Amino acid sequence: MIGAPVITGFLGSFGGAIDFIFSRRNSVQGPELQVGGLEQIWELASTQIAISAVALLLAIVIAMPLGLWLGHRGTGEFLAVAVGNAGRAIPELALIALMVAFIGTGNLNVTIAVTILGIPPILTNAFVGVRQADRGAVDAARGMGMSELEIIRRVELPLAIPTIMGGVRTASVNIIATATIGSLAGVKTLGDLILSPNVYGEEGVIAGAIVVALLALMFELVLAGVQRLLTPRGLVLERAAARATA
Amino acid sequence: MRSQTRIRGVLAVLAMLAAAVALAACGSDDETSTETDSTAASGDNLIQENPENNGVKLTVGSKNFTEQFILGEIYAQALEAAGYDVSTDLNLGSEQVALKALENSQISGYPEYTSTALTSFFGVAPEDVPADAQAAVDETQEDFAKKGLVAFAPTPFSSANAVGLLQSTADDLGVSTISDLEGKSQDLTLAGSPECRQRIDCLAGLEQYYGLDFGKFTPIDIGLRYEVLDKGDADLSILFTTDGALFVDSDKYTLLEDDKEVLPAGNVIFISDEKVATEAGPDYQATIEKVQGGLSLEVMQELNARVDIDKEKPEDVAAQYLQEAGYTE
Repeated sequence: MIGAPVITGFLGSFGGAIDFIFSRRNSVQGPELQVGGLEQIWELASTQIAISAVALLLAIVIAMPLGLWLGHRGTGEFLAVAVGNAGRAIPELALIALMVAFIGTGNLNVTIAVTILGIPPILTNAFVGVRQADRGAVDAARGMGMSELEIIRRVELPLAIPTIMGGVRTASVNIIATATIGSLAGVKTLGDLILSPNVYGEEGVIAGAIVVALLALMFELVLAGVQRLLTPRGLVLERAAARATA
Repeated sequence: MRSQTRIRGVLAVLAMLAAAVALAACGSDDETSTETDSTAASGDNLIQENPENNGVKLTVGSKNFTEQFILGEIYAQALEAAGYDVSTDLNLGSEQVALKALENSQISGYPEYTSTALTSFFGVAPEDVPADAQAAVDETQEDFAKKGLVAFAPTPFSSANAVGLLQSTADDLGVSTISDLEGKSQDLTLAGSPECRQRIDCLAGLEQYYGLDFGKFTPIDIGLRYEVLDKGDADLSILFTTDGALFVDSDKYTLLEDDKEVLPAGNVIFISDEKVATEAGPDYQATIEKVQGGLSLEVMQELNARVDIDKEKPEDVAAQYLQEAGYTE
């Protein structure tokens, strides 16, 4: 329960947080240390972006072929959906702590941890997307003599693009937001700002949160653009037609 | 075919859940309660329930690590024994958050370290924190009074950040004080909480006052401060002098002497709102100051060990302490 005074207090700090993002200031520890400003924000954000991009690519490489293949065969619903859903419930911090025992702290640990977080939505959506592809179209493709791989690549995959990209976008938001905890496992991310109120002050903490939210939006927007480029013209026309008749 | 698959799936999930529950049950069964206590149980320690306190509501807060959870539970359970209507709001985060919660009356009070209060709240440089415990307490109490807060008497034990390492590493390097690290630090990795990097009573102070320049600083969750040493992920790690591991594995880990006094020690004082303290009556302060009487450094390390190493719950460990020391029956 947060009382009303805390809320007004936070609103007061909000302006300060914006200021923290753009200009340098004394740290809570004293004037010898200057904090804030775009340069520092970028230094922290760029690490977070790099880790997240690698993790997202890894998650796609691992989960997408599996989801497409299972969806094409129409089996393994349990694996794709149940394991996928259970995977979302893994506590990331516990996972990182566990992996410290095997691979230590650092980029590898954090990248693996957030990759695991990105796999479930991609796997589930790839499976569901292919399962929902128009059976008539698939049968027609088979009738034309396409091989199974060709059917996946030229019929099911294009038809499933909107659903698949929905999964990738969910995964990307999960990954970029969670990469913040890298600061607890040896990687300097924006979590540094959020976890160090005694250095950056309340403004720094809120500034960190704002920038993480902006990064998540940025990933989302870029992937929405990618989705537009990848969606087959046929699907776009079909939807436009549906909208027109509705 | 489809529905059969689904039933099998449901069964598999149920089986996994059952296994998880069974595992959890095993974990809590495994109680290695070490029966030691330096405080002799005596009858006059017993906290008497005062009916006048019934219905007086108090909320005990704490910061977010083991020792704070245990202290919060000890104070809360003792106040309950004295007849108060007590709730807890433990795990408030850092001292900045805890102080804010206190100032907003979200909590009635929480335990804080004099050194942390002076350096974090009142802008005292670590080298200016009084080495004398009572002088530090006096200064802290004065500063809090200016904010309308009251700080009760201190605990017997004090706690400080310390530079710790494996005994074997210390032998290899031939170091026993932090000054000994001079000329060696560029090849060493230090691990600490993310904010340690820039705190003057942590990495920033080690650099500034000892002239050290570590090869790498690894920010970690403080829950991992021993793991990183065990796995060789860091050569040095910021530990707490009250850590249970230092008590249980005293041959394995060692602390470097802080010969320039950059990492100040602090006793715990319970801080509360003046108005809350007055309204709660005399038993509030009296109970808190009484119940912390048995908390020597050894006892605090032992209690921390029961939570961190034996994996007992802070509330159970607090209850054991209160009983063993004769504060409750």
